[in-house]
Amino acid sequence: MSKPVRAVGIEIAGVNLSYGTTHVLKNVDLSVRPGELFAFLGPSGCGKTTLLRLIAGFAQAETGRVLLDGRDVAPLPPWKRDVGMVFQSYALWPHMTVAKNVAFGLEERRLPRAEIDRRVAEALDLVGLSDYAGRRPAQLSGGQQQRVAVARTIAIEPKVLLLDEPLSNLDAKMRVSVRRELRALQQRLGLTTIFVTHDQEEANTICDRIAVMDAGTVRQVGTPMELYENPANLFVASFLGSANILGDGDGIPVPAGKRLVFRPQHATLSSIDGVPLRGPVTHREFLGATVRYNVQVGGSEILVETPFQSGGELRTVGDMVGVALPPERMLYLPA
Amino acid sequence: MALAGTRSAGQATLALAIALFLGVFLVVPVATVVYVAFTEKGGGGLTLVNFLDFARTDLFVRSFWNSVYVSAMTVVWASALALPLAYLTTRFEFRGAMLVQTLGFLPLVMPPFVGAVAMQLLFGRNGSVNLLLDEWLGIKIGFMEGLNGVIFLQAIHYFPFILVNLSAALRNIDRAMEEAAQNLGSHGLRLFRRIALPLALPGFIAGASLVFVKVFDDVATPLLLNVKEMLAPQAYLRITSIGIDDPMGYVISVVLIGVAVATMWASALVLKGKDYATTQRGGGGLARRKLKPRESALAYAVVILILTLVLAPHVGLLLLSFATVWSYSPLPDGYTLAHYARVLGDSSGYIKNTLLYSSLAAGIDVVIGGAIAYLVLRTKLPGRQWLDWAASTALAVPGVVLGIGYLRAFYGVKMPDGTPLAALWIVIVLAIAIRRLPYALRAAYAALQQISVSLEEAAENLGATKARTVRRIVIPLMTGGLLAGFVTSFATAAVELSAVLILVQSNSDAPLAYGLYVLMQTPAGRGAGAALGVIAVVLVAICMGLAQLAADRSQRARGLDI
Repeated sequence: MSKPVRAVGIEIAGVNLSYGTTHVLKNVDLSVRPGELFAFLGPSGCGKTTLLRLIAGFAQAETGRVLLDGRDVAPLPPWKRDVGMVFQSYALWPHMTVAKNVAFGLEERRLPRAEIDRRVAEALDLVGLSDYAGRRPAQLSGGQQQRVAVARTIAIEPKVLLLDEPLSNLDAKMRVSVRRELRALQQRLGLTTIFVTHDQEEANTICDRIAVMDAGTVRQVGTPMELYENPANLFVASFLGSANILGDGDGIPVPAGKRLVFRPQHATLSSIDGVPLRGPVTHREFLGATVRYNVQVGGSEILVETPFQSGGELRTVGDMVGVALPPERMLYLPA
Repeated sequence: MALAGTRSAGQATLALAIALFLGVFLVVPVATVVYVAFTEKGGGGLTLVNFLDFARTDLFVRSFWNSVYVSAMTVVWASALALPLAYLTTRFEFRGAMLVQTLGFLPLVMPPFVGAVAMQLLFGRNGSVNLLLDEWLGIKIGFMEGLNGVIFLQAIHYFPFILVNLSAALRNIDRAMEEAAQNLGSHGLRLFRRIALPLALPGFIAGASLVFVKVFDDVATPLLLNVKEMLAPQAYLRITSIGIDDPMGYVISVVLIGVAVATMWASALVLKGKDYATTQRGGGGLARRKLKPRESALAYAVVILILTLVLAPHVGLLLLSFATVWSYSPLPDGYTLAHYARVLGDSSGYIKNTLLYSSLAAGIDVVIGGAIAYLVLRTKLPGRQWLDWAASTALAVPGVVLGIGYLRAFYGVKMPDGTPLAALWIVIVLAIAIRRLPYALRAAYAALQQISVSLEEAAENLGATKARTVRRIVIPLMTGGLLAGFVTSFATAAVELSAVLILVQSNSDAPLAYGLYVLMQTPAGRGAGAALGVIAVVLVAICMGLAQLAADRSQRARGLDI
């Protein structure tokens, strides 16, 4: 298990799924490459966890296919899929020791005892919990519990690893170190991994690629930087970082059916002469490295972030200012 | 805090009054029983000789092991009935689930002794089922032979206690617990055995220990099935045939209390550190699997078989109450209303007594239960927790023991006219009230816990005194819950027998359950006994419906609370 496994790709094609009258997944198409760490990112209720559960076999699609390593998994029940899932609550069984928890999947596969013991020890070693084999889950910290859940899952040498909001039950400090550990482990194993989160920072920092989801649809797939630099639509633009969105009539002409989008830190404040976007400063916030201004331009309020320099000139509320914008930073996205 | 003095004086008076009541009518009788068991006959010093006698008497030792065997086997069979039903209703989409849930109320509606004779007629050696089996297959099955009969009857009566507790525990397991096991390759019965069942163990143990104690303490069911060699019946027989001076009845009583306490202690010990409160952390309810048509048919077959068994005593009782003659035939020879005419005519005293006793007992329970709940939850009175503990210990005191204790403790206390206190009917009421107090107490706790303290603080802030706050805010808001407690106490009091059996001195003071027991002893009285049983079941069923209604209404009224 410490040696890299043969990585497997995941194809999701034309998937639709409803619970009662709620259409949870709408025509989802995705392709996860072998060996990559891939994030499903979106606000709660966007269908990301449902999509994960679909891959694990805990939900059934009405249409479409899920292919693991090129094979349709629809006819396989959860216990025959070899898809390792780490649950949001970890779901460690409180009536079993750590070692028993990790051994469970191997016992279900009727492996010889010696083999089971070897692989349990290996998995616990991998997550640094060898000394805790005899403990009960309740005697471990949140971070340790999470590592047990990971060890339990990778012990069965799954084809792919699914992580459902793995950091949500940890405190803020732990999250940073645990997400690095997860990334390191995933790299070492070379295991195709899907990481569900609603936190863009988590997705941006450790994932190779991200699928941004909203209301049951995949809005865009790409590397963190691609998504930030070239959002394909208004949702992605405003979900990843903040964005100013302007329509026609705010000073700059915008083609019909489009919106003008730019990041607050790409704009600068200027004098009002010859600048199409201008108006009074309505609010100012000091954020440390930057100063954020709200400028009322026509019917819209624009955010502008300028680097803070000590002794630099600051605008005050009520000042009339222009908002200057380099043309290469202007994006025209479908409304 | 200038007011604190007068306020806690009132509370202290109330607490003392309750303590006095519990002391006189619960602690003293039980302590008397224990004391007598450990003293030499005729008032000597403390001794263990009575217990040695008990251990040397073959009859008692045999009775003890019979009781252990019957209780344990009842738990085994009750589990065998409850497990598949719990699994079915909590893990599958099954339309019959509602049907199974209603089973939970049946043992409350009718205690096992009521249907004992009817079950003899249905399942006995020459009962309907065996007559038919003999005719078709040439075999007879000894369902009701000796101890088997007690086990059979108790198991089909008490398995819902295990079912209800186990189902609740199974429903409370975080579904990720089982999904994680599926994800790692486990499924079906193996998954149930390795993950769901161990996690639901606390619920199972709670139900199983309750069943064990209830069966161990039951006097009337074995006696009506003509099984005398069990411990609780022996206590009753000893006291009623040899008299209240014979120490053996007391020794048996102490053993009964010991077994009840040991059972509860053992179950607490087993459960120590196993409180897997795995409440749902995110993500919907349990995923239930759809049954395939074949599985569904099997499931229905199981449920219908169990339901038939459970309803058998009720159906048998109904048939018996309308039967002219019913023996050596699958069904009665003819039908008549004469039994009802009889019990509503000259035996109507039983019904009147039951209504009187049960209302009085339930009234006492609600007042005392409500007061204890208030003192414990809303005051800082030192020692208030003791009232709760004292009242709750009534659960560990078998009815027959309480009855014996009353007889011994109060027989020497004479009324002005010379009749002993223990011979008055009011003593029956008090014994029933003590027996049912824990139920009313729980209901009162639940009702009071649902009321936010800030509602009372608001009243005090606007100038109401403690007493007026209780009267104008607390009691009106608790009404629904207290009413439910009253009706539940009333219904269960109406069929209370084991304490009553000892305390009834004359037929004119006897309640319905006693009348039923006496009538069922003779073939001539069976019809009338069954008619009383049907009336009792209807009475209790109506009460249960009313209790449900009251509870529902207070649930709705809770919308006002915070």
